[in-house]
Amino acid sequence: MRGTTQPVPPAGPPAVPGPAAVIDASGLASGYGGKIVWSGADFSVGAGEFLTVLGPNGAGKSTLLRMVLGLLAPAEGTLRVFGGPPERGNPGIGYVPQRRALDPDLSISAEDIVGLGVDGHRWGVRLSPRAGRQRREAVAEALAAVGAADYARRAVGRLSGGEQQRLQLAQALVTHPRLLLLDEPLASLDLRSQQEVSQLVADLRAEQGFAVVLVTHDVNPLLPVTDRVMYIAGGSVSVGTPDEVITSENLSRLYQAEVEVITDSRGRVFVVGLEAEAAHPHSPVTTAGAQS
Amino acid sequence: MIGTGMITTLAAQVPGFTRGPSWNLIADVQDMLSFTFMRNAFAAGTASAIVAGLIGYFVVLRESSFAAHAISHIGFAGAAGAVLLGFSPVLGVAVLSLVASGAMGVLGKRLRGRDVVIGLVMAASLGLGYLFISLYTGNAQNAYSILFGQIFGITTGAVLITIGTSVIVLAVLIAIFRPLLFASLDEEVAQARGIRVGAIAIGFMLLMALAVSEAVQVSGVLLIFALLVAPGAIAERVARRPAAALAISGGLAVLITWISLALAYYTPYPVSFYVTSLAFVGYLAARGWTAWAGRARRLVPPRREHNDAAVKAAETATVRT
Repeated sequence: MRGTTQPVPPAGPPAVPGPAAVIDASGLASGYGGKIVWSGADFSVGAGEFLTVLGPNGAGKSTLLRMVLGLLAPAEGTLRVFGGPPERGNPGIGYVPQRRALDPDLSISAEDIVGLGVDGHRWGVRLSPRAGRQRREAVAEALAAVGAADYARRAVGRLSGGEQQRLQLAQALVTHPRLLLLDEPLASLDLRSQQEVSQLVADLRAEQGFAVVLVTHDVNPLLPVTDRVMYIAGGSVSVGTPDEVITSENLSRLYQAEVEVITDSRGRVFVVGLEAEAAHPHSPVTTAGAQS
Repeated sequence: MIGTGMITTLAAQVPGFTRGPSWNLIADVQDMLSFTFMRNAFAAGTASAIVAGLIGYFVVLRESSFAAHAISHIGFAGAAGAVLLGFSPVLGVAVLSLVASGAMGVLGKRLRGRDVVIGLVMAASLGLGYLFISLYTGNAQNAYSILFGQIFGITTGAVLITIGTSVIVLAVLIAIFRPLLFASLDEEVAQARGIRVGAIAIGFMLLMALAVSEAVQVSGVLLIFALLVAPGAIAERVARRPAAALAISGGLAVLITWISLALAYYTPYPVSFYVTSLAFVGYLAARGWTAWAGRARRLVPPRREHNDAAVKAAETATVRT
């Protein structure tokens, strides 16, 4: 499937191009093994900007993160991170992958998990007491920032999923990155936790000034905090403010199928796929992006 | 290298052996160490136990204990083949387990969840080893001793090789310690931080093959789980810090080996029986301890209840000051 970026006519806050941009993509396409998943993405993420990446499962949302991390080369086009080509192990990027269940028997302390973010990539063992002290201070600061100081010394295997997620966040932030990448941080959380995590990321961004690229399939918990959204569907990419992107016309164009966006009394948006309704009569309504 | 005569109980061969312990620790240790074969057994046993304990912790963290088990069985085919060709069986184990673990390391993630494939290769290797033994017309005791271990028969030359191997494994382990720990605990983030997780996986599998080759001398390929996995599994449950976990894992492996050697010296039963039994009892004790500690913690009410927002506000304030 090939497609192009859908231009969104009313210009919102202009994307910051040039050296100030944290991520700058032009004509970017994602894919592997000669197969293009999506293409024609032109966008940039400015310093300190919050971008939420939406789209159905398998649309290629996570591959965008892998390209920014330098783990996957762009299939087409150019991608620049901090003004240069993406590189593996870029210290300016913090990365929180999709949560996976930890071994409940794992008794390593929360501190040590976060400490991996400080020097886990270095060779050899840590010998200098000064490095050890700096590491402890950085870890304590990161744990306090995400509200995890209470369980700093607890065994990670026995922490709850939400507590483990805060540790992931602390581990990603311990090096003070300029860009934070989060892959499905709201998946399998209840509604209240989704709002808490969204607010925590927004607060940390306000404090520390990093840019955020957050992948999710439900935009609603993020509507109060995100600057812009990127919608990936049908092999194409659309970027803009939520009001610009999540419209019936725009999503219908992306999906190449008739899609309706409904806003409820509390401002939550729902994407109703008319095609999907015929195919799945029992689940005609899905939250934005969860449509498959 | 394993002496052919040592497979039967020591009581039949070693003068002074039938005497029981004096229960004077110093005198008993002096008594044991007055024999060259016991000194060799303690030296090689200690060197291989340290490595088995340290590698074992990562085996548990990486959830690759089945791979470790399979590698030792594949190594058995190497041992039997080496005996057939007139080489040392331990050399055969080392060569074949290095090849097998290298292949597993290269296949990496593609092997995940392929327990059936690994199991079949393991069974085929055992069968092949059995064929080699049956083809061998001489004394096949050498190869059988690889199945159950025979540390009392180790020669001084083999002791030196074992110690040398341990030194190499330790040096490499120290060099890759932090990336290995990172990749073992969180492969995706480790990769994003620039760690070559594929290369680390292959390197670790090769270290594991060397540890297996050493440990089979003590416990044999069939009982390798005891020495390679049990101390690591205990350490994973009880230790908060990685360094402490490694100390516990290595220390337990050495302790189990020492006690087993001493027990086997004073009784007519084999070393590997004591190794497996002690490892099992130790693991049960660790489970009991963590279950008890967990219950005790739950019974103590938390000092103060608070909502997340208040905590966060307080902590944010501390960070800012």
